[in-house]
Amino acid sequence: MDKSAYKHVYVFVEQRDGVIQPVAFELLGKARDLADALGEKVVALFPGYQIADSCQTLIEHGADQVICADHAQLKDYLTEQYVQVITQVIEEYKPSILLLGATTIGRDLGPRLAARITTGLTADCTKLEISEDRELWSTRPAFGGNLMATIVNSTHRPQMSTVRPGVMQKREADPTRQGEVINFEPKLDESKFKVRLIETVKEDKGKVDITEAKILVSGGRGVGNKENFDKLQELAGVLDAEVSTSRAMVDAGIMPHDRQVGQTGKTVRPNLYFALGISGAIQHLAGMEESDFIIAINKDKFAPIFQVSDLGIVGDVNKIVPMLTERLAQELKK
Amino acid sequence: MKIVVCIKQVPDTTEIKINPVTGTLIRDGVPSIMNPDDKGALEMALRLKDQYGAHVTVITMGPPQADLILREAFAMGADRAILLTDRRFAGADTLATSNALAGALKTMEYDIVFAGRQAIDGDTAQVGPEMAEHLGLPQVSYVVDLNVKNENTVIVKKETEEGYQMLEADTPCVLTVLASANKARYMSVSGIVNAYNREVEIWTADSIDVEESKLGLKGSPTKVQKSFAKGLKQAGEVFEVDAEEAVGIIVSKLKEKFII
Repeated sequence: MDKSAYKHVYVFVEQRDGVIQPVAFELLGKARDLADALGEKVVALFPGYQIADSCQTLIEHGADQVICADHAQLKDYLTEQYVQVITQVIEEYKPSILLLGATTIGRDLGPRLAARITTGLTADCTKLEISEDRELWSTRPAFGGNLMATIVNSTHRPQMSTVRPGVMQKREADPTRQGEVINFEPKLDESKFKVRLIETVKEDKGKVDITEAKILVSGGRGVGNKENFDKLQELAGVLDAEVSTSRAMVDAGIMPHDRQVGQTGKTVRPNLYFALGISGAIQHLAGMEESDFIIAINKDKFAPIFQVSDLGIVGDVNKIVPMLTERLAQELKK
Repeated sequence: MKIVVCIKQVPDTTEIKINPVTGTLIRDGVPSIMNPDDKGALEMALRLKDQYGAHVTVITMGPPQADLILREAFAMGADRAILLTDRRFAGADTLATSNALAGALKTMEYDIVFAGRQAIDGDTAQVGPEMAEHLGLPQVSYVVDLNVKNENTVIVKKETEEGYQMLEADTPCVLTVLASANKARYMSVSGIVNAYNREVEIWTADSIDVEESKLGLKGSPTKVQKSFAKGLKQAGEVFEVDAEEAVGIIVSKLKEKFII
């Protein structure tokens, strides 16, 4: 294949109910780095319905071009509809790189697309870089986060990767940035539409997106029960933080899955992460070790969490937390 | 009703440890298991067998020892088992794997193809949708519940970040299932005894009609450039003090960092 015919770094912009998902801005930020390294453009590939007003914000976050595919059939994500439109864009514009969020949408769309156009796809990358020979190097955890692997696709184009939400950092919006919006008219073959959306249900599980929190108070096995988690909630209240947890507490039914940090939960990178009674299984570390500052409290001084913490306290979390809450409340009153 | 379930044998990644000196994986003694999401898929299929008398075939691609999970599937209630094994499949990435599986499925009849959402050794969630594409079938991923509406339609519940979606899919279709969808049944005692008397069909690259250039390492666009144990960052200070003092240390650190 003539690789030189393929140019520019494309980002699939995921929207739900017309709202651009945070991962799209994070990908635009990373795409900017990659495109600058290649001396190429960042292109936002944006399918949806009645979305024209949102194109400018993609430019402000780093896109040079927006390919806007506005069509009633693209209102809600459905695999075949989206694969058709993106395949048409790829065939017409020939991207070198295509990035997608590793969400339930991106992880459904990405592989279907890769198979249709016959190319490689690297899932859930934590690092993307351009090599000396101008290939995309995608690094991802393997074996449950026990090992990192750097994957290349030097034979097919586009090079496709998915990235989990919260892993890359978005750029501040620059309202002065200029860019071009291209309206793309998809030609959809409706005879292939074999899946119909009946309804989308949002479940309010007291839901806050823990990936958005600046401070996380995260409790694990050492916290142990619901009453002690209420104490964590009090600490979180004082710090304007959210409570998150480890897999053990989700499996035990004490905390909901949407609060779980780690390989099978969410990847977070808050300014401050309290790891309270969390021993630090490698699957958990994979989801939080990029946090700016980590304070760990654990009874076991050999707990692996102390290998990644910036400040470690060997002690009883359930004794320290209420005292800390009280002290912080006093400090913040001053 | 005919069902095919794609399953995979994986190392139990929660049991993998890293050698702290060499930084390499310690794989010795790590048990091999049926991938948890695949087991959820098999359970969903077996419930259709309980309810509608569906015929359930399990297929896996892997080395000869993957026979073990097919025996396990027999013991849970599967009717037929196929082991796709050949050196020509070795080194396959997800695309090449999906080519081989789709090639095998093209020789079979089914109303629903089930797979697990993802395998715990790779966590890619790619093989199911890629296979669906090769077969030209509709797909729904992240499935947690299924109801048969009529001969040609199923209603599925798909888990999303925000809740769930209800979708209607025409059959035949490919569904990828989460382990959390159900509680998989145990192998029955008589099933275990019988599982070793049953025939696992061995298929090779010659059993399927797929060009060799699409299989194994040759058919894989992605290559591993390098792999390495994740370097942990430098550990910070650790204090072994009483609770009172610990609180003092934390508070002064938060002040130093301008968090309070």
